[in-house]
Amino acid sequence: MATKASRSAARIMMAPAVVLLLGWMLVPLIMTLWFSFTKYLPLRGDSIERGLDWVGFTNYSRFLSSSSFWPSVQTTLIMVGGVLLITVVLGILLAMLLDQPIWGQGVVRILVIAPFFVMPTVSALVWKNMLMDPVNGIFAHLWRFFGAEPVAWLQDASLSSIIMIVSWQWLPFATLILLTAIQSLDSEQLEAAEMDGAPALKRFWFIVLPHLARAITIVILIQTIFLLSIFAEIFVTTGGAFGTRTLTYLIFQRVIDSQNIGLGSAGGVYAIILANIVAIFLMRIVGKNLDA
Amino acid sequence: MARATTTNRKIITTAAAWTIALIIFFPIYWTILTSFKTEAQAINDPPLFFNFDWTLENYAVVQERSDYMKFLWNSVIVAGGSTLLGILIAIPAAWSMAFVPSRRTKDILLWMLSTKMLPAVGVLYPISLIFVEFNLLDTRGGLIVVLMLINLPIIVWMLYTYFKEIPGEILEAARMDGATLKEELLYVLTPMAIPGIASTLLLNFILAWNEAFWTLNLTAANAAPLTAFIASYSSPEGLFFAKLSAASTMAIAPILILGWFSQKQLVRGLTFGAVK
Repeated sequence: MATKASRSAARIMMAPAVVLLLGWMLVPLIMTLWFSFTKYLPLRGDSIERGLDWVGFTNYSRFLSSSSFWPSVQTTLIMVGGVLLITVVLGILLAMLLDQPIWGQGVVRILVIAPFFVMPTVSALVWKNMLMDPVNGIFAHLWRFFGAEPVAWLQDASLSSIIMIVSWQWLPFATLILLTAIQSLDSEQLEAAEMDGAPALKRFWFIVLPHLARAITIVILIQTIFLLSIFAEIFVTTGGAFGTRTLTYLIFQRVIDSQNIGLGSAGGVYAIILANIVAIFLMRIVGKNLDA
Repeated sequence: MARATTTNRKIITTAAAWTIALIIFFPIYWTILTSFKTEAQAINDPPLFFNFDWTLENYAVVQERSDYMKFLWNSVIVAGGSTLLGILIAIPAAWSMAFVPSRRTKDILLWMLSTKMLPAVGVLYPISLIFVEFNLLDTRGGLIVVLMLINLPIIVWMLYTYFKEIPGEILEAARMDGATLKEELLYVLTPMAIPGIASTLLLNFILAWNEAFWTLNLTAANAAPLTAFIASYSSPEGLFFAKLSAASTMAIAPILILGWFSQKQLVRGLTFGAVK
């Protein structure tokens, strides 16, 4: 049993990690909060040394009322929702397929998982050029082969294209987790249902899907957190043009491109709030698992 | 399996699974293949699959023109350094939470996880300011610290779930047999903890290697790792598909190989132990 001495030792052992994370969280957060209430335009000579003018909630209301705010929220929702829909639906189907007896299962698994290990800048550029280029991309070759006019993917279907790229990156993650969950399903239950004459669709709906519910929730929550902050894929493909400016990218542009730190920080605070709403749900599920 | 699977059915599922797997893998396969073509062959219509003159020229050009080795070295140092540093800080923490749990252990774990949810873009400017203030901008040291901090929650969590599986009884038995604390750590715990630590190292090395927000925003010429090196190809001049492919292949090859070893730990690491 833990003694008093071992408890204080435990506290000392935990201290470095806790202190570092606390600093990592609080220092930038407080700075962002502070900036968000000030007029802070470094290019016009504002600096911390000279003191920043306090402007109250002006940045917050200006960020909300700017003409690019709602479109960026819409873009974010479509992108996150689209990727989630594709990866979860295809992930379930693929996981069920990979759960079947297959020759060369190990190799198939490796091939399916591979995209997850490709760094975001590489997958975005490979898709943008080698696949989606309207003249020399594989898709253009394919379209011409079937007598169709090649599509300028990243201009005419920019948002769908990015959804496609990001889904390709995240499908392995969803598949892998759902496969792990499916493999823990008691096969006798399925066999019993089959013998009782339940058709495949009913077996899926009433046995497989409820069993996967938890894994699906986890996939959705974790992906949402990562997808809300998608950056590199937009940065190297469209640079936020053609209706692909997400909330994250809008904030990035406000801070880096237009150097309006106050406004960008207010946007950052909104993004933090949004991410925390999702996070709360994820924490509940993970926390429950800790007790078990 | 109790259910007899007919060979016919296995043939169908095998064909379906292989078809889908090859489609998913195609972009990577195509990149690797194109890296061995000349620029003219790379954009040939119809696409060339095998009937081209294999060449290693692109690799030489990429190395020569943009000093690939420097970026590779930065990636190795930054990903490796941040992972090792993170592990060193996380082991004692995860250790004490697994073996000397208190009422607050769960809250601390969840709180650590919550720091991972902080959107990076929300704190980009403060971090840049701090970097400028301490002369860390475009240094590997600064990047190591930032990547260590963003992965620290995952490292602590993974180690915690692994340590948790080490039965406490074994420690007590060792103690009863007269093992000193040092012997207990060295001969009993370490051998049991090593597989978990190795998996954690592997997965977090991969995550740090592929991180593409801070590496793009906090580096310029000196400390830029492969993520930034590849991003520099986003505004190309002239024919560049084969060179882009060679650069991409070199950037992802090491991690693809490591990734294949880590697929089992991936689920556990990325779901924070919620799915095993």
